[in-house]
Amino acid sequence: MSVTPEDIEKVALLARLSISESELPEVTERFSKVLDLVDELNTINTDGVVPMSNPHDMTQRLRADTVTSHTAREALMASAPAQASGYFLVPKVID
Amino acid sequence: MSWEMVMGLEVHLQLATQSKIFSGSATQFGAEPNCQADPVDLGMPGMLPVLNEEAVRHAVKFGLGIGATIGERSVFDRKNYFYPDLPKGYQVSQFFAPIVCEGVFEVPMADGSLLPIRITRAHLEEDAGKSVHDIFPRETGIDLNRAGTPLLEIVTEPDFRTAEQAVAYLKALHSLVTYLGISDGNMAEGSMRCDINISLRERGTDALGTRTEIKNVNSFRFVERAIHVECERQADILDDGGRITQETRLYDAEQNVTRSMRSKEVANDYRYFPEPDLLPIEIDAAYIEAVRATLPELPGAKRERFVSDYGLSEYDATLLIPNHAMASFFEAVVNHCHAAKPAANWILGDLLGALNRSDIAIEKSPISAQQLAGLINRIEDGTLSSKLAKQVFDAMWEGLGEADEIIESRELKQVSDTGALETMVAEVIAANPDQVAQYLAADEVKRKKLSGFFVGQIMKASQGQANPKLLNQLLLEKLAAQS
Repeated sequence: MSVTPEDIEKVALLARLSISESELPEVTERFSKVLDLVDELNTINTDGVVPMSNPHDMTQRLRADTVTSHTAREALMASAPAQASGYFLVPKVID
Repeated sequence: MSWEMVMGLEVHLQLATQSKIFSGSATQFGAEPNCQADPVDLGMPGMLPVLNEEAVRHAVKFGLGIGATIGERSVFDRKNYFYPDLPKGYQVSQFFAPIVCEGVFEVPMADGSLLPIRITRAHLEEDAGKSVHDIFPRETGIDLNRAGTPLLEIVTEPDFRTAEQAVAYLKALHSLVTYLGISDGNMAEGSMRCDINISLRERGTDALGTRTEIKNVNSFRFVERAIHVECERQADILDDGGRITQETRLYDAEQNVTRSMRSKEVANDYRYFPEPDLLPIEIDAAYIEAVRATLPELPGAKRERFVSDYGLSEYDATLLIPNHAMASFFEAVVNHCHAAKPAANWILGDLLGALNRSDIAIEKSPISAQQLAGLINRIEDGTLSSKLAKQVFDAMWEGLGEADEIIESRELKQVSDTGALETMVAEVIAANPDQVAQYLAADEVKRKKLSGFFVGQIMKASQGQANPKLLNQLLLEKLAAQS
């Protein structure tokens, strides 16, 4: 077992996932299996291999710096659960 | 115990582009909320980012400006965290392979020395939106206009030991990026925001202490104050035998204190991984050279040239250089009057004073460079005394025309006619026999002082228009002839 239930709880919190007490052992086991596979891959010598950041063997195409999108606030905000005065509203965030 | 402050800075610089880093939305500051956010910026499902070429060019310009290595192949990564103003739940940034690698930035200090600051890296990323806490009583408002604005995050090594060094670095950086034209550098609008990593260690030791990070300080003055209060806070804790907690803090300018950000209590773990929606950026030597060819003269080179070509003092050059517009104004004045030192004095003195009082930028100066040069020419050729010149300057400021027109219409010409001056001198000497006797009895040093009386009288009689140089010469001759 390469990860502990505590690791899973921490990662779940960071990802805002709710994992119940009863699910925890199984998730921990499955997570461990994935990481064990990664550990196995880590034994392969990859010296001199450029990390593949994307499966397409291409480089980024760039776009000209021009404004092409125009205001469609009403349409874009239509699905927001709460809004006022042009703002999306969320529960009070206090720092 | 004596503590040494150790600091590193992270600057978030908004790049001057028309559109966002990954979308075609406008980037203008101050628009109505959520009017400059399109489906890409809002993180709508299925939307794909397309990189803005200008953001890449600006980043490369910055790298070349500090002599840094440009990453031949840089890659975007996702920085994962949840916050309401970050619609996707991740920020597209560069973690493993930044576009700008190590460099050294030489910061001019007040004493004329250069302080080398090591730049660790600079990477491209997208800005988040804004959370508004003070409009709605029970909710937080979210404005995503800023989401997706291109940022260059510039990270230094922990090379700062004083607040003065940190502020000098920020000012020099501000000057560099505005010279390069890659950012408007408007701190009040958040175009340049600074995070300060700060720790203390016992003076004379090498190991770094536990640091805190003060986030988002947005003025030079606040940076200086935040550093001082955080340094005091840490010193108090350490002096009492306590320990510093590694945490993120905010500077409260009103109370002049730093506060822990409670919302970030859970240690940040951003779980970076390569952004699958973007391909690597490859930058070849030809591109780098093409960008290099577009670089303007940078502040360091300009400072040297102002000292060597115009004979300015380091001090004057240091005052003229940081503001690109002011340096250009100076050169334009000198082009028209060929008197560098007076040009610097007028710009840094009367002109800057008047501009500051009226809160006008030098780009919008009511007195143009050519007009100021016209005034300086009339001082240099003896038409105007410095006193008269100030009157002409004030009239020019009011928009009453060129120096020559004002001199003409107000008959402000300095009297340089020897005959007229001789008559005035003779009259004053005749009218003040006691002072003449005193003068003749005095020694060399006292005579200098006493001659001021006669000069004053003649200036009064001529309504300030007597040529002071010529007047002095004639007066001394006449007085000497009395004995």
